[in-house]
Amino acid sequence: MLNPDSVGRTFAGVDVITITQEEISSFAAVIGEKNTSIAPPTFSIKISLREFESILTKPEIGLDWTRLVHGDQKFEIYRPIVAGDSLTTSATIENYKVAAGNEIITVRSDLFNKDEKIVSSWSTLVVRA
Amino acid sequence: MNDIGTVIPLHEFEINRALLKQYADASGDQNPIHQDETFAKSVGLPDVIAHGMLTMALAGKYVSDWAGGPQNVKEFSARFIKPVIVPAGKSVDLTVSATVVEVSAAGVRLEVSATSQGVKVLGMAKALVAQGN
Repeated sequence: MLNPDSVGRTFAGVDVITITQEEISSFAAVIGEKNTSIAPPTFSIKISLREFESILTKPEIGLDWTRLVHGDQKFEIYRPIVAGDSLTTSATIENYKVAAGNEIITVRSDLFNKDEKIVSSWSTLVVRA
Repeated sequence: MNDIGTVIPLHEFEINRALLKQYADASGDQNPIHQDETFAKSVGLPDVIAHGMLTMALAGKYVSDWAGGPQNVKEFSARFIKPVIVPAGKSVDLTVSATVVEVSAAGVRLEVSATSQGVKVLGMAKALVAQGN
């Protein structure tokens, strides 16, 4: 179970994440996108999900990642991610509830290139009972 | 062409196990429910299922194409209501279509529909794209 005291907390990412052309190109290739000069709209999930996993499974937060399914997803893209971006991240646990034994967590991810916020996204994650 | 109610022609993507592996490698999501049939069945799934985010990435490609490129996609959201089931040795469809629902200074809002094997897999799927496509 998620520690309810963690709701509302924001966690800064530990690392600066430098985006490579290769990872944009390989993501674009999956969906048949030929324009690889910018990242596809959903590319940032690659960064955000990894970040959510590392935060939410900390012992003091306590989420069970092995029973997790993705409920819904939203992106707001202020400008496309490009190769060479050095992104810092923050993640905020915005909401938590338990319904029919399932835990439902909404987390927001913000990605910054220096002081410029370039993507915000919201993921609703469900830990099945 | 961007009038409210305009229906955008559908596009059919193909999803197979090889694509799931390719998405797993590109996204870093190596959850075995998307690659290992025995594992997927052991956790109560009918078969291997596609990553919800692969489904959404493909729907995003459809939106990008209509919008004149990925740089024009400003907002994109969806709910994962049913899994895309991907049996071994065959390709299944992901059929995407959309309707223009709002036109404003902010851009054009689309309601996006996505089905696989006749089953609706994304719910509440919406996109906001920049004008000028």
